[in-house]
Order: sequence, then structure tokens, then C-alpha cells
Amino acid sequence: MSVRSKVIEAIQKIAKEQHVTLPALSDDLSLHETGFDSLAFAILVARLEDETGVDPFTISEDAAFPLTVGDFVRAYENVPA
Amino acid sequence: MSPREIVALRDYLSPELNDRTISDAHHMVSLTDVLSHTVLSGRLHELAGRSVLLRLSNQLRSGLAMIELDGIVRRMLLCPPDLNPAHLDTLIADAGIDAVVTDEPDRWAGTGVSLVVTAQLPLQATAPAKTERATEWLMLTSGTSGVPKIVGHTLEALTGAIVAEGPAKGPAPVWATFYDIRRYGGLQIFLRAILSGGSMVLSDPHETLADHVIRLKARGVSHISGTPSHWRKLLMSGSAAQFAPRYVRLSGEIADQAVLDGLKAAFPNSSVGHAYASTEAGVGFAVNDGLEGFPANYLGNRNGVEMKIVDGSLRIRSTRTAHAYVGRNAGPLTDGDGFVDSGDIVELRGDRYYFVGRRGGIINIGGLKVHPEEIEAVINRHPLVRMSRAKSRKSPITGGIVVADVILTEGTDPARAKEIRDQILDQCRAQLAPHKVPAVICFVEALDVTPAGKLARTNA
Repeated sequence: MSVRSKVIEAIQKIAKEQHVTLPALSDDLSLHETGFDSLAFAILVARLEDETGVDPFTISEDAAFPLTVGDFVRAYENVPA
Repeated sequence: MSPREIVALRDYLSPELNDRTISDAHHMVSLTDVLSHTVLSGRLHELAGRSVLLRLSNQLRSGLAMIELDGIVRRMLLCPPDLNPAHLDTLIADAGIDAVVTDEPDRWAGTGVSLVVTAQLPLQATAPAKTERATEWLMLTSGTSGVPKIVGHTLEALTGAIVAEGPAKGPAPVWATFYDIRRYGGLQIFLRAILSGGSMVLSDPHETLADHVIRLKARGVSHISGTPSHWRKLLMSGSAAQFAPRYVRLSGEIADQAVLDGLKAAFPNSSVGHAYASTEAGVGFAVNDGLEGFPANYLGNRNGVEMKIVDGSLRIRSTRTAHAYVGRNAGPLTDGDGFVDSGDIVELRGDRYYFVGRRGGIINIGGLKVHPEEIEAVINRHPLVRMSRAKSRKSPITGGIVVADVILTEGTDPARAKEIRDQILDQCRAQLAPHKVPAVICFVEALDVTPAGKLARTNA
């Protein structure tokens, strides 16, 4: 499974658990518009860390927190192996 | 005799009661013969009036030495098996120790302790000793990484709850415990065995659980106590079959509804009760209605035990509490009114109080306080969960999130893990505030339990 589809799948699962109705997940959708609160994002980052072995927001001190869904996905895609 | 008769352990051992024994995995000793025998090679008189460190490698010799020393020595300090030897010097100085009872005398050569007495089996015949004084019992607190605190008790305080309950109905009980008798929870059971006219079956750290249960059955154990973690381990092991004690007791940790129900199902003919006690506060109360928590009307003064709730934590005052912390820098054990703050946080729901966790065990989730025990209690309600541990994990978003390690009941199909995880999360979302719902649930094979029988909570 590609990194992108793993991320999208995790977002959709958490949305279902948290009873959040997601809009269509386009790359330029702002994270704010997903309806996720900080707790939902914290869960997302923790689960993705377990699945992919990386947490792009902790390993790099200067990693700016992404603003859009596309930024978020790229943060996982661009992690150096 | 002084105006008030001093009673020591030996005075509960009547020469008329036969068939009483204390045993471990290797030896069995008659509690009737013990009055005219010595585990101290007949050197008890040398220890009279001394402050004695009891540092033995096994529980049987420790128990026999307690019986012999009580009422003769000024103080005895019980060392649990996991005591860090690096703390011995401090404890010896703080307790004013001037004699050691050991089964490893070579270790004490040249340590500056003036009197070293060896405890050994088999017992040797000796003239029965007579109670001379009320010995001060010193116990060590558990659960701290530094030097443990020394807690001072009297036999009268230690046995207050047992005397108040009166003699057990039916045949003399055969008591056992998963605890070590050199800790408060285990000592209570040892004292119950002595005072009740019954027998005592000791645990052995080198024995498997299956072998332990075989021995419990073979010795006819009728009354048995342990922490909820001890009991969950037994339920998980599948070793409980055919073991049918009359009384199953839990203490030392929060007994949640899941473990109470699990024990009731495993031991349908037993009464299952949970007791509230701590080394400092003594025995507070027992709950025998099969439900977690305790009735709200236990607050106030009940059978000489006064309880109140201040700032969410349970405070206890009674004649069963310890009388002081002992040592050079010892702080006060009670508040100005004589109440011990247990540090156990309770919450009133309906007409019952529920334990939600330890004050010191709070984890911080995005600035909100969370008791891991409260989350575990909800997770444990899933019928396929045997045991769980909630803890915090760092999060770059909220600072911390809750994660949980979960042990499923034996024989659960691993293919069902995903489905069970979703059910547990649904259950948590229905019953807990959103920030308390675990973000991640990991299924694990085992969870660490401390030497004191409590779930290890090293929150890295």
C-alpha cells in the first residue's frame, strides 16, 4: 500500500470513530476543514507512527506543521529512509 | 502483668490446637510444636530488648522468626525480598538496629552490626519463652524508587481488623496468599492464619503458578488473598480449575468489576471480597457484595474506622493505622487530626464511591488529568480482555495521548484482534471523556507486575 493510501485510510478510520463527517479529501483541503480537532490529529499521528515507524513531526525540529491534506501526506512521503 | 495484658503472636498459638501448620514448597512446620522450638538456635534471649533487622531469604524462616521474636525484642524491621541492599545502611541507622537475624551470616561479618543471629531449619527444641513487651513492628513501604519509608506498627494495630471480625465460621481456615508475608498485604494473611487457629501456606517465587495451585489444592487451602494483578494472572493461566477455596480476597490494587466477575465465574461456590488496606492506613474495610467500589455510607465512623474524603482522596483514622514513620528525617504520617491521607482518589457515582486511581499516578493528556486505572477498568469490561495497562505517550500535537497495552483471554483467535480493538474503542468512547479514550491499543502477551504484586507503572 502506498504511503498516501495508508494516510488516507487512517484519516477515514479515525473520522468514523470520532463521528466526523469528512469532506472530499483533496490535496488542497486545509486540515482545519477536515473537521479533525487536535486530539484526532494526535491519534492519527500516533497510529501512523505505529504503522509506518515514523513520526515526521517529532524527528525534525524545524518541520512546520502542515496546513493542507497534501502537506500532511507529503510529510510522510518525504521522510528520509 | 501490667494493667493491660500484652499479647504477642505466641499467645495465639494454643498447645491444645493440633494439626496447625505453616508450610512452603519445601517444608512443613507444626504451629503447635513451634512454642517449644526455636528457629534461632536457642539464642532468643540474646535478642531480648534489641532492635532487630529481619533479613531472611525465605518466608517460612521469616514467619517462624516473627513468632519467636514478637513480644521479646523491642523492634523488628521486616525486609521484603526485593529490598535493594544499597538501602540497608540507611534503614539500619534510621531504625536504630542493633541486631540482625539472617540465614546468610557470612554477609554480615564485619558490617558493624554487633549481634548476628542465624535463623535455620530444622527447628530445635527449647523451653517456651514468655511475652515480655509489646514489640514494635517496622514495615517498609513499596512503590518508591528511593529508600523506602519505615512504617511503625504494633501487633494490636496490625490485628485490629482481624480481631474486630471475630472468629471465622466453620472449620479452621487454611490461609494462603500470593503476597510475600513481609509486606503489609501478606502479613495480614499470616496474622489471620495465626489468630484464627488455622494454617498458612506460603508462596514461593521460584515456583510456577501451575505448581503453586497444585500445592494450594493439596494443602486444602480454604481462604486465599492476592492483588487483582495476581488474580488476573491466575485466571489467565487456566490453572484455577478444580481449585475451590471458600473465600477469595483481593487487595492492594483497585478491584474492578471485571476481575470480581471473573473470579466469581471461576469460583462459583466461593465468596469473593475485596479489602482496602495500606501499610500506613492499615485495614480500612472489606467489601463483600460482589461490586467494585464501596457504599457511600462507609464514610463517617464505622466499626471504629473513620473515613472522609478531602480533595478527592480517601482519609482514614483508626486504631489500625500505623503510628509513625520512623527515621532521622521522617515526616508526619497523619495530619493534625490523626487522619492518614491514602493518596487514593475516589469518585462518588450514585450511592457508591469508586476508586479512580492514585494521586501520584496521574498522567497528563493535553493539560487534562487522567487516571490510567479508570481507563483500564473500562477496557477490562470487554469479555475477551484479561488485563490491561493504560499509559501516556508523547504526542507532537497534544503533548501526550493515552495508549493501552491489552492482554486478551487465552485462546482468543488472533484474527479477531481488529474487531476486538474496535469493540474496546467503542466501549471506551461510550464511557469515557474523549481525551481518555486510547489513541492506540496494542495487544501484548504479558504485562510486568512488581514484586509487591501490582501492575508495573513505569511511565516512560
